[in-house]
Amino acid sequence: MTNIGGIGIEHFIVVSAILFVLGVLGIFLNRKNVIVILMAIELILLSVNINLVAFSAFLGDLTGQIFAMFVLTVAAGEAAIGLAILVIYFRGRGTIAVDDVNRMKG
Amino acid sequence: MSILNSLYLSAPEIGLVVTGLILLLVTAFGGVKTSRGVTIAAVAALFGAAIFTLDLFTNPSFALGGDIWSGLYRMDAFGSFSKILIYLATIGCLIVTPKFFDATNEYRPEYPVLMIFGAVGMGIMVSAVDLITLYMGLELMSLASYVLASFARSDERSAEAGLKYFVLGALASGILLYGMSLVYGFTGSTSYLGIRAALDGGMSTGAVFGIVFVLAGLAFKVAAVPFHMWTPDVYEGAPTPVTTFFATAPKVAALAVLMRMALDPFGGVSDVWQQVVIFAALASIIVGALGAIGQDNVKRLLAYSSINNVGFILVGLAAATETGAAAMLVYLAIYVAMSLGSFVAVLMMQDKNGRQVENIADMAGLSSSNPMLALCLAIMMLSLAGIPPLFGFWGKFVVFQAAVQADMLLFAALGIAASVIGAFYYLKIVKVMYFDDPAGVVEGRSDTSRWIVLAITTLIVSPLGYLLTPLLGDVAARAASALFFVV
Repeated sequence: MTNIGGIGIEHFIVVSAILFVLGVLGIFLNRKNVIVILMAIELILLSVNINLVAFSAFLGDLTGQIFAMFVLTVAAGEAAIGLAILVIYFRGRGTIAVDDVNRMKG
Repeated sequence: MSILNSLYLSAPEIGLVVTGLILLLVTAFGGVKTSRGVTIAAVAALFGAAIFTLDLFTNPSFALGGDIWSGLYRMDAFGSFSKILIYLATIGCLIVTPKFFDATNEYRPEYPVLMIFGAVGMGIMVSAVDLITLYMGLELMSLASYVLASFARSDERSAEAGLKYFVLGALASGILLYGMSLVYGFTGSTSYLGIRAALDGGMSTGAVFGIVFVLAGLAFKVAAVPFHMWTPDVYEGAPTPVTTFFATAPKVAALAVLMRMALDPFGGVSDVWQQVVIFAALASIIVGALGAIGQDNVKRLLAYSSINNVGFILVGLAAATETGAAAMLVYLAIYVAMSLGSFVAVLMMQDKNGRQVENIADMAGLSSSNPMLALCLAIMMLSLAGIPPLFGFWGKFVVFQAAVQADMLLFAALGIAASVIGAFYYLKIVKVMYFDDPAGVVEGRSDTSRWIVLAITTLIVSPLGYLLTPLLGDVAARAASALFFVV
């Protein structure tokens, strides 16, 4: 398959690259809230999934779609653990502002 | 290969998963009172897995590897070597743990269960020969580690360490995964064999990007500069036994994966990644050495020390030869002993009220209040610094020898010069323990299991360790040759 309705593989790569960059920037530029960081991580994983599914369709090879299923499953587990850690953190500190995560100097 | 063969060759991992699940049920129904039993069962299971892996390692018919589970998983000497190190390090970390939580009464039976799942994840990732298997193993390890880092509920620093580790670890996984998706797209395969064949037939720009992203993600996991910034905070904040774990087993696993990735699927295009590894190695050695100067928390200092050591290990990878790979494995084995020993010694330093002593200034007077502990810690520090009669010197010697043999004279000279800076802060700890006025804070108090771990690691690191060099060299050479066999 060379393109789907006039949309080629490069369009998919560009979209996923933009999403990936947005996700990374969301982690580093966000100074407000840790929840936003969790959403940025999801965005990164979704950009990967777009890549995998698009490559899978254009290569005519199912492996990429299977990989995407695994990534989806792991992303769910990762979000659950992230939120659990966030709850413990909030109980101890009473805030989830990114600027307050500074008990240790890095 | 047949399914029975696959089951037999991956039996250590399958056994650990089954034990982990059973123990998880025991903890769910039995509650806190099962802590002791679950810990013992976990140690037994890990020990059994290590023995079985050793049996596979010594069995000549599997030495050079067989691909099992339809080519998703490879059983070879390299994987077995790493797995034995990982399982033994996990056992060492597990048996020194329970007493740490006595003061706060926070030890839970989930702790050994998480350690088992973490160890299985590492075992899977070092044996993976397919991107999907690698990702699953890596995430199993990471998810267990995030929870372990925030295990001390009453300590605010622990939750913060868990949060930081989670965010940066997830980012690293994301970067790695993005690289994997590009590699898959531009080579058309997720198996190492397929990727290697495709890359040898010519490489596109997309594949180069993929390789760089994959290596950056793995550099995050091994804490190599410039992706090291999470290490000091996580090492300081996590409970000390968990820090011990982070500094040993996951380090071995991540470095082994980096080796397999760089030398197997990307082995034919080593000129693409060699420059990156050279930079990361030198930068890690220098940043690790300079960052440790001026630290007053001993766990933070050891975190920088681990960054520094990763730099030395990467020197072997930069050579991209079989000798280099064998040298890395020798260094890794010695590093595990040194790192386990020094963290256990730190774990054993407590004040009168049973609280952990982490401040370096408070360690003054340890040589009079507990001379044995001070001696062991001093041996560890001198060995980490690479002072010749101790075994740490041998590790540095073999990696730099490999670099020189690969005609990288300038690189080796710079690395050796930078390693001198590192000696400064290791010697500072020795000086505080032996020559400063006693602060009267620290008291070494501990149980037998910690003394056993400390004694074994000190013996390995002491000059007696040189008796091991022929054995270790031979075993590492076999493991490294398995890595280059597929070429």
